[in-house]
Amino acid sequence: MSQIQHAVPGGPGRYNQICTRSSSCSSAAAPGTEPPPCTGHCSRTPRKKWQVFPGRNRFYCDGRIMMARQTGVFYLTLVLILLTSGLFFTFDCPYLASHLSPAIPAVGAVLFVFVMGMLFRASFSDPGVLPRATPDEAADLERQIDSTGCSKPPPRTREVLINGQTVKLKYCFTCKIFRPPRASHCSLCDNCVERFDHHCPWVGNCVGRRNYRFFYLFILSLSFLTIFIFAFVVTHVVLRSNRTGFLTTLKDSPARYPLEVQSSICAIMDCQGQRVSDISTLLSCNIRPDVEKEILSIFTPVCTILEVVVCFFSVWSIVGLSGFHTYLISSNQTTNEDIKGTWSKKGGKDNHNPYSYGSALTNCCSALCGPLPPSLIDRRGLIQADTPQTVSQSNGTGSSSYTSTQLHTHMCDQDQCIQSTKFVLQAAATPLLHSDPIVLAPLPAKTPTPGGPCSYLAPTQPSLPSCAGDVMTLRDATVDSHCHHHLHLHHLHHHHFASPEETPCSTPQGALSCPAHMHLQHPPPPLPHPPVLYNPVTQDALHEDSVRGLVKLSSV
Amino acid sequence: MAETHSLQDMRQQAAVAAKVFIQRDYTNGTMCQFQTKFPSELETKIDKQQFEETIRTLNNLYAEAEKLGSQSFIEGCLACLTAYTVFLCMETHYEKVLKKIAKYIQEQNDKIYAPRGLLLTDPIERGLRVIEITIYEDRSFTR
Repeated sequence: MSQIQHAVPGGPGRYNQICTRSSSCSSAAAPGTEPPPCTGHCSRTPRKKWQVFPGRNRFYCDGRIMMARQTGVFYLTLVLILLTSGLFFTFDCPYLASHLSPAIPAVGAVLFVFVMGMLFRASFSDPGVLPRATPDEAADLERQIDSTGCSKPPPRTREVLINGQTVKLKYCFTCKIFRPPRASHCSLCDNCVERFDHHCPWVGNCVGRRNYRFFYLFILSLSFLTIFIFAFVVTHVVLRSNRTGFLTTLKDSPARYPLEVQSSICAIMDCQGQRVSDISTLLSCNIRPDVEKEILSIFTPVCTILEVVVCFFSVWSIVGLSGFHTYLISSNQTTNEDIKGTWSKKGGKDNHNPYSYGSALTNCCSALCGPLPPSLIDRRGLIQADTPQTVSQSNGTGSSSYTSTQLHTHMCDQDQCIQSTKFVLQAAATPLLHSDPIVLAPLPAKTPTPGGPCSYLAPTQPSLPSCAGDVMTLRDATVDSHCHHHLHLHHLHHHHFASPEETPCSTPQGALSCPAHMHLQHPPPPLPHPPVLYNPVTQDALHEDSVRGLVKLSSV
Repeated sequence: MAETHSLQDMRQQAAVAAKVFIQRDYTNGTMCQFQTKFPSELETKIDKQQFEETIRTLNNLYAEAEKLGSQSFIEGCLACLTAYTVFLCMETHYEKVLKKIAKYIQEQNDKIYAPRGLLLTDPIERGLRVIEITIYEDRSFTR
């Protein structure tokens, strides 16, 4: 112990100022900065993390519910299930309950509740999204990648040995991480998802590590429910046709039940003569008090047919799907791996699934009854000033930066871009040499960008160590100020807008009018302003790049 | 209020020198495990055994959280039978272990790491990808 104490220069006590409370100063890189006060429409209450979530997701109920952005098909699923079950419970169940067994509606109800519960769990929960890398972490990875490669840009893959099987980990340019094994980036939600299975539009969410069991139980219970409904609708029709003949049954079957329950079968037989398919004739008859039921009876054949048709077609697909997923679960594969044939025996002889536990039963247990992993994105957590936000700026080598370059060719000279991205890379690769954050303040003067920093960039400098948080807020503010739709328009990743100058309201005037800029309106420190060599457009591009560089540097 | 202010001042004084990231170890599958390799940046700061002991304890805790045992099986079955509504009123085994881990990291920071100018970050705050170790610079060098 004493030896250890000696190893510490200055001994204990010197670092007393380090706060060990993990929640408040997990990353002490940003010294004591309060969340920047927002002006204008920004809410005064502290924002939560889901509000600045970088993926393309929708959040409801204050972040409790998380879904993909396209939810249209999910509502179709909901309507189909509710419609079919609703028709079954209103028209078929009473008859079946009185003639066969009251257990039928009970079992149906239990199945239905289970199906809906699982559907909502699968749709509304976090599928296992991996949070994006913090700037520090991304810089560290860049450094590692750079140190391994030589002259050519090194391959952004990493190989790991898992249970004797070599698995390639790919670098994700959006999330700035090496994707863990089995994780994949969902292009629709723009997130890396752990144990990615597939993106399911029917449940309106990705299916991944955290909601796979709900998804599986949903399709399994749904297939039982469909078979159940189909079987008993057919039974109902058959029972009735035994009494009245098939066609008449189809025509007036389920809606007759109120009469039946009330009186007797004779009542039905009686009114058989008055049954007409024409609604006007029916209304003109007007002989019975329950005219509404009569009207209803015209639509019921449609209902029965609808139920049968929906069930008939969905039975095959849903049962087939749950069979397929049962196979996947028992062999511990994901749909993604199965489609890609990752573990198929065809190519290599020694290609086995390293995640399988060996027996199908253990695989099933692990998938369905294993421990439920926690959500890694703390969606409802408050944003703290020093919480490292994932400001994902393009790192100059990735495809993402390539697209951003392409998009900005009108305002960015290609050479300039390359030069400045090189700078960003260098900054990232510099292994955290300059430790004191104050050193960073005059940095823009050091940057090799010939145009020099723009004057309205300067106010960000005093709050440099908290830059990550600031830029994040900037992005929000711009998103809030209805620049939002541009994200969809260009199908851009968020990080293209990580710096405010890249957003559509990026003209100097626009930037100044952006509410987020307001709080940064400190008097700019005097800066050497080099003679303007470039036209404003180029300077804009330079500005954007230097902002990017600053963001990167703030992490260093 | 004054207290938090002084805390912030203190944090401002402690400059971050570097950050070390302990990556995940996938040798035994996708279970959450971290590499026990001792990073060279910490050589002057902390004893190798002590560091490895911390990581190993963390690994054991994560292994406990993800273990497929009778307890997790019963919990899973019970949850499934109640359509997972049971988790509205009880927390999962994993969450319990995560709390234990947070406590352990806090304790280690207080006892071992903070006096040496180091700070462990709970991996859950980094999406269980890395253990982040922040190295603080000695004040005498900066001021």
